[in-house]
Amino acid sequence: MSNPIALVSRLGAGFIAMLGGIGMFTRFFVQLLSRSGIALRRPRLVSQQVHFIGNYSLLIITVSGLFVGFVLGLQGYYTLRRYGSEQALGLLVALSLVRELGPVVTALLFAGRAGTSLTAEIGLMKAGEQLAAMEVMAVDPLRRVLVPRLWAGIIAMPILAAVFSMVGIMGGWVVGVQMIGVDAGAFWSQMQGGVDVWNDVANGVIKSVVFGVTVTLVALYEGWQARPTPEGVSRATTRTVVVSSLAVLGLDFLLTALMFGN
Amino acid sequence: MTSATSAESVLHFDRVSLGYGDFTVLRDVSMTVSAGQVVAVMGGSGSGKTTMLRAATGQMQAQSGTVHAFGQNLADASRQTLESVRKRMGVLFQQGALFTDLNVFENVAFPLREHTSLSEAEITDRVLDKLQAVGLRAAAHLRVAEISGGMGRRVALARAVVLEPELILYDEPFAGLDPISMGITARLIRDLSDRLGCASVLITHDVQESFAIADQVYLVGQGKLVACGTPQSLAASQDPYVRQFLDAAPDGPVAFHYPDTPAFEHWLARQQGGRR
Repeated sequence: MSNPIALVSRLGAGFIAMLGGIGMFTRFFVQLLSRSGIALRRPRLVSQQVHFIGNYSLLIITVSGLFVGFVLGLQGYYTLRRYGSEQALGLLVALSLVRELGPVVTALLFAGRAGTSLTAEIGLMKAGEQLAAMEVMAVDPLRRVLVPRLWAGIIAMPILAAVFSMVGIMGGWVVGVQMIGVDAGAFWSQMQGGVDVWNDVANGVIKSVVFGVTVTLVALYEGWQARPTPEGVSRATTRTVVVSSLAVLGLDFLLTALMFGN
Repeated sequence: MTSATSAESVLHFDRVSLGYGDFTVLRDVSMTVSAGQVVAVMGGSGSGKTTMLRAATGQMQAQSGTVHAFGQNLADASRQTLESVRKRMGVLFQQGALFTDLNVFENVAFPLREHTSLSEAEITDRVLDKLQAVGLRAAAHLRVAEISGGMGRRVALARAVVLEPELILYDEPFAGLDPISMGITARLIRDLSDRLGCASVLITHDVQESFAIADQVYLVGQGKLVACGTPQSLAASQDPYVRQFLDAAPDGPVAFHYPDTPAFEHWLARQQGGRR
């Protein structure tokens, strides 16, 4: 008798907890936005973080982009050859990268490389009383520590996605043109003719900005909310990867439907 | 409303009760700290000394009673007011709480960079001066990970005083220091109070060092303020709790063992039941 009631109450409790979580997350976002003036007043704080989380992600982004480009070149060629349209390889590689793979894979790699380090850093600063120390020094840690990191993530992500796409196209060119022998002129001219600056490139940039906000915000939120213990920080780091990856994939579907649907 | 006493004093606790959730650590504590005074708050581990410090910085609210800092009631202070009060305070944390991504120099320079518009040369002078006072001028370039725990606490001390605040709160300033550093730190605390005219609150259980420099001593224990007075009057006190604390006697009103609680009994019953 009590089982269905218990089930309903558990579902209800879970739903309320989820709503509460979304509310807390939104409030956290608003708090950071309302303190964002410091990013303009002290741009050095942001540029330091762009260097830290952007520059250090460059290697993994470049290498991944290259291999994704290799694979796209190879698979694209095999498929297009069936229809005798291997000349369109350049277009296929460029559109796949600029529209989808560039922003999405960069965001997933960014979550693993920079997101985890942001969560761990904030969580450990909290555990070491560094954030509390800042607060009693009348320095708002949200403004001084978190806001520059958020803006650095938002700035770094589109740049990294652009690097990823660029290196990926080079990878596709190496495999398609240099190794397989697709005509170089067709490869580049089809790409030039078929990729639209607004429809494709700008939409890709918008995607990567949205992912930049999402991944960085999730990483900062998890660090900020982490229990100040080794176990708490480790759990928060794991949650950063899981939550931000799922959010990126879900948002990507939503954005693709909005941007490229009729 | 600001009471007459709190307007004259730098820090004023009026019948304050402090605790976490339903649990009350300290009841009915009153304390006044005036400019130029060194006040030691003493008591055993877990007696609520650090909780008092958290109430003084506005990190936690009193369950009852009022805490005034610089005449401002911290319970109804807005974020801006709280920030302006905190700018006049320096706090030495129990674990130092140094910023691990900055080196020693930048740690001490941090409050100056955040709250003043001094030139780089002036910042360098002031930071090196404060590091000189704690004997770590030549450690300015080291990373926080490269210095020992005791050195870290001295850096934290330099950081707490670099803005020359009107009220300095020290949480266990002598813990983890070697005897030489301990004596120097005690003299430094007294010297800062005399020179800057700032008020100092020491949270400590080190009887010898704090009695040597304190003007007033507050002894907390058993969830309340047990005694207060000058070091001389406390040393002459016949109160059994005071005597046990000062003489470090194993027997007296303070039990060494943590008292049994219903939660412990419950846990124990389950623990023993589970083993059978």
